Amino acid sequence: MSALLEVRNLETFYGPIMAIRGVSLEVREGQVVTVLGANGAGKTTLLKTISGIMDPEKGKILFEGREIQGKEPHQIVRQGIVQVPEGREVFPLLTVAENLALGAYTRSDRSEIARDRDLVFEYFPILAERRDQEAGTLSGGQQQMLAIGRGLMLRPKIMLLDEPSLGLSPLLTQEIFAILRRLNKDVGVTMMLVEQNAAVALDLADHGYVMELGRIVMSDRAETLAASEDIQNFYLGHANEGARGERRWKKRKTWR
Amino acid sequence: MEFLQLLVSGLANGCVYGLVALGFVLIYKATEAVNFAQGDFMMLGAFVMLGLVNPQYMGINFWLAVPLALLIMGALGYLLDITVLRHMFGQSQTAIVILTIALGFVIRFIAGVIWGHEPVNLHSPLALGDMRAFGVVLSLADIAVIVVTVILTMLLWQFFQRTKLGLAMQASSQNQMAAYYMGIPVKRVQGAIWALAAIVACVAGILYASKGSLDISAGFIGIKAFAAAVIGGFGSLPGALMGGLIVGVIEPFASRYLPPGYSQIAPYVLLILVLIFRPHGLFAQVRTKKV
Repeated sequence: MSALLEVRNLETFYGPIMAIRGVSLEVREGQVVTVLGANGAGKTTLLKTISGIMDPEKGKILFEGREIQGKEPHQIVRQGIVQVPEGREVFPLLTVAENLALGAYTRSDRSEIARDRDLVFEYFPILAERRDQEAGTLSGGQQQMLAIGRGLMLRPKIMLLDEPSLGLSPLLTQEIFAILRRLNKDVGVTMMLVEQNAAVALDLADHGYVMELGRIVMSDRAETLAASEDIQNFYLGHANEGARGERRWKKRKTWR
Repeated sequence: MEFLQLLVSGLANGCVYGLVALGFVLIYKATEAVNFAQGDFMMLGAFVMLGLVNPQYMGINFWLAVPLALLIMGALGYLLDITVLRHMFGQSQTAIVILTIALGFVIRFIAGVIWGHEPVNLHSPLALGDMRAFGVVLSLADIAVIVVTVILTMLLWQFFQRTKLGLAMQASSQNQMAAYYMGIPVKRVQGAIWALAAIVACVAGILYASKGSLDISAGFIGIKAFAAAVIGGFGSLPGALMGGLIVGVIEPFASRYLPPGYSQIAPYVLLILVLIFRPHGLFAQVRTKKV
């Protein structure tokens, strides 16, 4: 099976600064793929380049086999790629229902849109309760749910999620990820998930990439990654003492 | 009874200020640029209407000319966005402000060349003369201005609440980045907002010209309208209208009850007071983002 989304040797710049240094990855239909990395690794830039907010200098982005790099953001959304941005980014003065309606901006099939809204309300009952409330008055977790729900309203072929756990309590993070898992298993939404919280991300994902300083440094099945020593040390924060009693901070990453 | 008379004429002036202020706020919210040519848009709209209606120019029927003038101004606003302002995307605020001030000069100059520099009168059926009731003399034009403004406000309200484009305009002004993520063609929507602002300015211009004579410096009421927008809370559409009404009502009362000359500065005194005590304006919509 060929990839739904494929990124080949992508390079993106912020002015003179090279934020993405030749990244290649692929996401297959129905998969959840996660990209892990610390602050400034280029994860968000990668998503912004895919969704057309930023233009790459080099490289290709293939979606369903067609090149989409450098296109306008609204054209890319029409292909079925939706980004759930970092930090929610809801429309604060519009109601929950209006925010959801905007998620379906590119669609015109009214009855189907209504059906999808009911689906969103089924997954996030709190949004149904608050449908006439201004989105800016929701709590952080509810706003995150709204942002995900708004993304679903496009009925996307792939959803790009940028740090859905940002600023949420561990409990809320668990709750959101449980819903993401259900969406993937039951509705079959393909997801590309960028996270700093490696534990929850690897638990959900099928495949994982690790980014550092604009490069992909590891790529493997999620379980393999979760079990690998590097990930355990540097992303999962397991302070396991080595056989020789080595201190954690003296360890070197093996990919250097 | 004198009170009523002052109130009606004040409200009528205030409606014009409010509509121009509305144009300021529409563009500011959508593009974060302040269009200092908004007053000159109003003047141009009035002259376009005059050019269509007055017998020495085209002499078209007034009611036929209204949609035509609105269409011309709307197209002009949109063209201005795609030919000039869109290329300023990413430039500093100052550059855009200076550009719009220059645009105002250009519009004034062009209007002067086409329609002359002398005050002229629009042949408007709204200028119906006066009505005597309850011992006061009310100008029917003033009442017409108020009625039209109320209707336009309700139409705009419906437009923003009910239509997809209206919702998209609200979305792109509240969170431009998220609007991109929703697949809204933000640049095209901004062009539509320029068109809408020019149309509102044109309505204001027609109303202004129906109330009295018109000359190319009419656009300077943009300064008062700008003060009105700040008083109401820059960034709030109802605030802009209310600010306009407040400024409009203050003027006749100040000139009646205060020593001569004070009516000129009264709106700006209020502006300063608002900036000191309620810097976001009287009707601000401020919502801080949660993290």
